[in-house]
Amino acid sequence: MELVVSLEFSGGAELLFDKVKNHEVSLPARANGPWTIKHLLVWIKDNLLKERPELFVQGDTVRPGILVLINDADWELMGELNYELKSKDRIVFISTLHGG
Amino acid sequence: MPVKCGLCEKKAILKRPKTGDALCKDCFFWAFEEEVHKTIIDANLFSPGEVVAIGASGGKDSTVLAYTLKTLNERYDYKLDLILLSVDEGITGYRDDSLETVKRNQQQYELPLKIISYKELYGWTMDDIVKQVGLKNNCTFCGVFRRQALDRGAMLLKVDKIVTGHNADDIAETVIMNILRGDIARLKRCTAITTGADGALPRCKPFKYTYEKEIVMYAYFKKLDYFSTECIYSPNAYRGHARTYIKDLEAIRPSSIIDIIHSGECMAVKKEVKLPVQGTCSRCGYISSQEVCKACVLLEGLNKGLPKLGIGKPHKVKKLEAQGKIFTDTKNPKFVENRDADKGSMANNAAALDF
Ligand SMILES: [Zn+2]
Ligand SMILES: [Zn+2]
Repeated sequence: MELVVSLEFSGGAELLFDKVKNHEVSLPARANGPWTIKHLLVWIKDNLLKERPELFVQGDTVRPGILVLINDADWELMGELNYELKSKDRIVFISTLHGG
Repeated sequence: MPVKCGLCEKKAILKRPKTGDALCKDCFFWAFEEEVHKTIIDANLFSPGEVVAIGASGGKDSTVLAYTLKTLNERYDYKLDLILLSVDEGITGYRDDSLETVKRNQQQYELPLKIISYKELYGWTMDDIVKQVGLKNNCTFCGVFRRQALDRGAMLLKVDKIVTGHNADDIAETVIMNILRGDIARLKRCTAITTGADGALPRCKPFKYTYEKEIVMYAYFKKLDYFSTECIYSPNAYRGHARTYIKDLEAIRPSSIIDIIHSGECMAVKKEVKLPVQGTCSRCGYISSQEVCKACVLLEGLNKGLPKLGIGKPHKVKKLEAQGKIFTDTKNPKFVENRDADKGSMANNAAALDF
């Protein structure tokens, strides 16, 4: 079963995605186990990121300074990388690294 | 399983970096605003009746600052006259969009707005400057000119104070940069919540203890309209490294940011140590530890076709001056106009050059 989730990039993070803020994506079924944020980050890096991946991911997590919200809640309250994605989840990535 | 707010029964939406508390949206808004209020009261930042210019770039920090100050001014009846003050560096495609954001903020927050341009102040836009100096050194110009532009703009408006959106992350970053550079004079000043006292136009940082994460989350949940981009001219690489370092530390231990600010505050210099005396520029009256301030040197370089002047070693400037090649006119005409407009405060102007 495919998993449909919506992704949003803002605060300057969208600049790494051709300036497109909103993405509705279908994730292919995973053979072994559920989709987690950790898997999603790899998928984003391989399928959506257009430039300078080091400004978005660092190791197997997001670059420090990028905030992540899962259904409008701080991912730090939701299990961070281990959160298991559900259909229709909305994941928001906000960069704090861009000029203010 | 959703986490509950530590103060009420609602669903938490944020883990606070400073305290680790989980808060719901309303409790977060309240905590955020009350902390800024407490900072303002504890440091005695304002007095009733003051005219306060908010340095507004259209970015997240100044947008949230404008919104928060407007809210607190009403809630606690500070009796402040708030004005948005923006600097137009003249960078095509960069400031155009962010100035549009500031103009929308002006409408949304019903605050007066003044935009002051590099062209008006210096006779040069950043685009013109880049054509002269190339992409390598332009951040030097932009940084030096931007700092003064806010002060000069504020003096034209005859305000009592400037507030800027510098947050805890920015200050921790500056502490680290000043330590690495061994700049003890700036290290002493950079954690001060107000700079430029003693008769000069004071500059305050109400977000001194506010984490960037919370500012961005506040803007997100309040749906505040802000603009974010990279400056199209190359970013300040040195600050960039310090920034990455601070963010890496925060990821390991969020309290690091406040701890670094606290260390900066506690740093003391022995009485016997001679710190550079902050005098004023002989050409424009702006605060300077040199006889001629950095902006005047850079500007002289541009006007004399020596764009590298002021980027190299100071003794080169002295040598050229001795040879009568630069600073042949007595005053910088652009700056004099402004000084004449407000003689008293300009001559005493001693706002610090710490950001
Ligand atoms: Zn609550
Ligand atoms: Zn000067």
